[in-house]
Amino acid sequence: MRTLRLLAFGWALHVKMLSRSAFNGALGVIWPLFFATTAFFMFRSGGGRDTLVYASLGASVMGIWSATSVAASSALQRERWQGTLELLVGTPVHFAVVLLPITIAMSTIGVYSLAATLLWGRYLFGIHLHFVHPWLFALAVPTAILSIGMLGFLLSVTVVRYRTAWALGNAIEYPVWLVCGFLVPLALLPSWVRPIAWILAPTWGIRGIREAALGGHALADTAICLGIGVGYAAAGVLLAETILRSARERASLSLT
Amino acid sequence: MKSLRLFFVGGLMSYRALFNWLSPWIFVPTFLVAPLFQILLFAYIGRAAGLESDRFYVIGNGLQYVSLPCVFAMGNAITGERWQQTLGAILATPARRLPLFLGRALPVIGNGVLVTAFALAAGSVLLGVHVPASAIPALALVIVVSAFACTGLGLAMGAVGLRVREVAVLSNIVFGVLLVFCGVNVPLSSLPGWMSTTAEGLPLTHGIAAARQVADGAGLRSVAGLLAGEAVVGIAYGVAGYWLLRYMEWQSRRLATLQTA
Repeated sequence: MRTLRLLAFGWALHVKMLSRSAFNGALGVIWPLFFATTAFFMFRSGGGRDTLVYASLGASVMGIWSATSVAASSALQRERWQGTLELLVGTPVHFAVVLLPITIAMSTIGVYSLAATLLWGRYLFGIHLHFVHPWLFALAVPTAILSIGMLGFLLSVTVVRYRTAWALGNAIEYPVWLVCGFLVPLALLPSWVRPIAWILAPTWGIRGIREAALGGHALADTAICLGIGVGYAAAGVLLAETILRSARERASLSLT
Repeated sequence: MKSLRLFFVGGLMSYRALFNWLSPWIFVPTFLVAPLFQILLFAYIGRAAGLESDRFYVIGNGLQYVSLPCVFAMGNAITGERWQQTLGAILATPARRLPLFLGRALPVIGNGVLVTAFALAAGSVLLGVHVPASAIPALALVIVVSAFACTGLGLAMGAVGLRVREVAVLSNIVFGVLLVFCGVNVPLSSLPGWMSTTAEGLPLTHGIAAARQVADGAGLRSVAGLLAGEAVVGIAYGVAGYWLLRYMEWQSRRLATLQTA
């Protein structure tokens, strides 16, 4: 119960903090809109109405990943610069319980982008969405956010030794957009890319959201998305243990 | 002679000191990996949408990525002085402002050319786009002129950075505007009229059009008008940026806001 309370409070606190940042706020909404707008123009010029609806749903999830990739990869570095990393590591609860709500808060901020992109498509490009399974859509969106946040958690502990991890977070923004089929059907990508897509939770997240909106087996995709997300969290916890033990042994926790 | 030294040596030193993205740990993911994936992303969206050929997206996105090093680096090379607490010392010197600020632009242009050349070459190899060898010298000139135009815009961003704190946010927004407006992924004829008209006054619009024609086999003479247009846009932004810098400097002295923005 104490762990759940800590996760909930940590998440709420960091959502509030991130909501007050101009970089995470304004840019987090505007940045994916540039790509969504370009994609809308491309699909409108080249394809039909169905592809626009497909693009609108995909583009709306792009912002969730954008909000997570850069911020999560530099999450530990930021704590280190602020001098709070030692305090967080020294708390009596497991470090993962402290870090996990931070990265989930980062992906939660992507909700602003998701809403803005759907409204942008609706009012500027006339993309009307009729949700076939509204309740499943309401379930698929938070599940995708949760799983992407857990992927961010794994990313943040994986790149802890990389001093300029934000650059890596920047660089993996496009690949995930591409490989997970946000705007391009996986069938169009080379066959060797598909296994990579299958182990990425955003792939199943966007599939769940699309099938909830347009009709299909959304529940199965959403469940797979959640399962993979939990797998990331478990891997992150184990990795965090190893990294913290190594940092304590070498006295390198605060080294930048 | 003093001005020339300030322009070349001072410009290079400031660039190396203030633009910390030159570290390979930042340079490789930001300037080599990201543009390649931007090209792939839009080439595949283009295939899904059935809009244009891969060549269209390789050239559009490869050239558009020149704006990232140029706009960000030029902004950093000026506003970075404030973060390093050296802006006051720089502006207190009797050095001529033209070589002082423009000298910082030269390495920025060089880096922009390098980034775009890599993106175009690697993107072409990955997607199997053929550009005739005879087109490469003309393409190189187009890249240089486009880098110059974007650096002019970057100079204006740097000047704004003397007043606005979130220059990184502003530079990202400029990058996004160029992506949407300049015919990078959507032909200008498919954009609404007001957007294609706005694009005429932005860097890259003429450069990308010229690069596409050159890659299709057109000679330099036939794209001279587009190249001149790109250069004029660059000069206009450069002049505006320089005067904005002088104005911001004067305002900062008058209001004592040099270090407080």
